[in-house]
Amino acid sequence: MILAVDTSLGTAVALIDADGTRRAEATTTDPLGHAEVIGVLLAEVLSEAGPGDITHVVAGMGPGPFTGLRIGIAAARTFALGRGIPVVSVPSHLAAALTTLETVTGPFAIVTDARRREVAITVFEGTDADGIPHVVSDTVLVKAVDADAHLDGIRRVDVASFSAADLARVGASALAADRTLTGDEPLYMRHPDVTMPGAPKKVGS
Amino acid sequence: MNEPLVLGIETSCDETGIGIVRGRTLLSNTIASSMDEHARFGGVVPEVAARAHLEALQPSIDAALAEAGVRLDDLDAVAVTSGPGLAGALMVGVGAAKGLAVSLGKPLYAVNHLVGHIAADILTPDAEPLEYPTIALLVSGGHTSLLHVRDLTTDVELLGETVDDAAGEAFDKVARLLSLPYPGGPEIDRAALDGDPNAIRFPRGLSRASDLAKHRYDFSFSGLKTAVARWVERYEADPATGATAIPVADIAASFREAVVDVLVTKALAACADLGVPRLLLGGGVIANKRLREVALERAEAAGVTVRIPPLSLCTDNGAMIAALAAELISSGRRPSTLAFGADSTLPVTEIQVAEAVPA
Ligand SMILES: [Zn+2]
Repeated sequence: MILAVDTSLGTAVALIDADGTRRAEATTTDPLGHAEVIGVLLAEVLSEAGPGDITHVVAGMGPGPFTGLRIGIAAARTFALGRGIPVVSVPSHLAAALTTLETVTGPFAIVTDARRREVAITVFEGTDADGIPHVVSDTVLVKAVDADAHLDGIRRVDVASFSAADLARVGASALAADRTLTGDEPLYMRHPDVTMPGAPKKVGS
Repeated sequence: MNEPLVLGIETSCDETGIGIVRGRTLLSNTIASSMDEHARFGGVVPEVAARAHLEALQPSIDAALAEAGVRLDDLDAVAVTSGPGLAGALMVGVGAAKGLAVSLGKPLYAVNHLVGHIAADILTPDAEPLEYPTIALLVSGGHTSLLHVRDLTTDVELLGETVDDAAGEAFDKVARLLSLPYPGGPEIDRAALDGDPNAIRFPRGLSRASDLAKHRYDFSFSGLKTAVARWVERYEADPATGATAIPVADIAASFREAVVDVLVTKALAACADLGVPRLLLGGGVIANKRLREVALERAEAAGVTVRIPPLSLCTDNGAMIAALAAELISSGRRPSTLAFGADSTLPVTEIQVAEAVPA
């Protein structure tokens, strides 16, 4: 079985068989509260799936507002550590693209909230030879009000939650093809100091 | 389970601490710090700290296990800091602890960071057992708290805390004012070496009779920082002195003396008021030699016994979190449920968070 964890939007956890069959899934769409629910969802999915060895953990690497995004990655990594199994890092938009491909043909854009009145956009079309959604243009951050102009007529798919089962399936395809889809660094999309409320407070102020 | 084997995860500020204890015995205290990454900002940047925690977690856990010579399967429990601290930083540890505990099927204990600082004491090699009650003074870059500890696992009371900056923050800010690098504590110490601690009489925050009525055990360092800034401004603006460089050594020594004086005075006042002849020091600022000197000297005069854990256990670390959980386990406490979060303002009275209710 393959376990997938994603906290880049809500909190999504799923277990699939090696052939892609869904065994168990638990999701909350709350864009906050990842730290509170992650353990409960993991435990739920494990008990629902029943016995069987987990061979890999797929971590959704974002993009996503930073604070929540990290919680799932941290949990995925320590879960894998606890079982002595490897982690497969997958950009979360690939999961949304796989979900979208069930109903959509031609190019489309996955659009997710990036807070600060910005959205993250990745353009896809079809799948590649390994069955992984084909990225036409890499993920960018765009002001929400400029998104439509940026897309210039490409079909827009706004996504508020990711399917962890589809994330696991993308991970399974990457494993089968022996491909690395992204590095160890979460797709933060912003420098860490942009979260600072201005510069550090001046002495005397 | 007399001697539970516990792995503790601490990520409340800028240190990723993984500790492993067996009961009261320290097996590993692994710390990865992101301090250098904060230097150019002159203070801890929460997002930088949180990113660094995620990177450091897995290698730190591996290193701690190797040092302790145990396997994850051997653990009796996992422990984690639930708060207080920086929310985004705490959440990384909480996520990691839950992932690990669920993966291993082991109980999880979510505990209070400040009480963890007290628990560090019980890991001191060859130390006499901690006697109750004791007053505890915890001083770091993130907190300045005075506690009345009647029992480590059941009864800790907050007597007072800083109403603005933590003492360690004051060191950082004054260091910057004196053009000294971050972190400020060791730099102020170095600069103060040749200084006269009585050269400048800087104010002692919340120490006037009118303040003491309401804030007897509270601290304030923001006014002190401002006083140092004003003193430097006046010095530079004065035609008589402005042409010469500011007396950094005297300023550093006098500033440090003001901080140390107010910390020790209030801690010993608590000992006297409550009739508790024991004082425990903890937190990273305890590394300050002058603070330890003054505390020991004045405590002796007041008939108060001072305990100071090894400095490696005074700074934020995972071993103290594991130690506190081991004490909770030994006293029969149930694990935490999985449904707790990070609480950046967790009160010190909540020693364990979300203890499961019996079925
Ligand atoms: Zn601390």
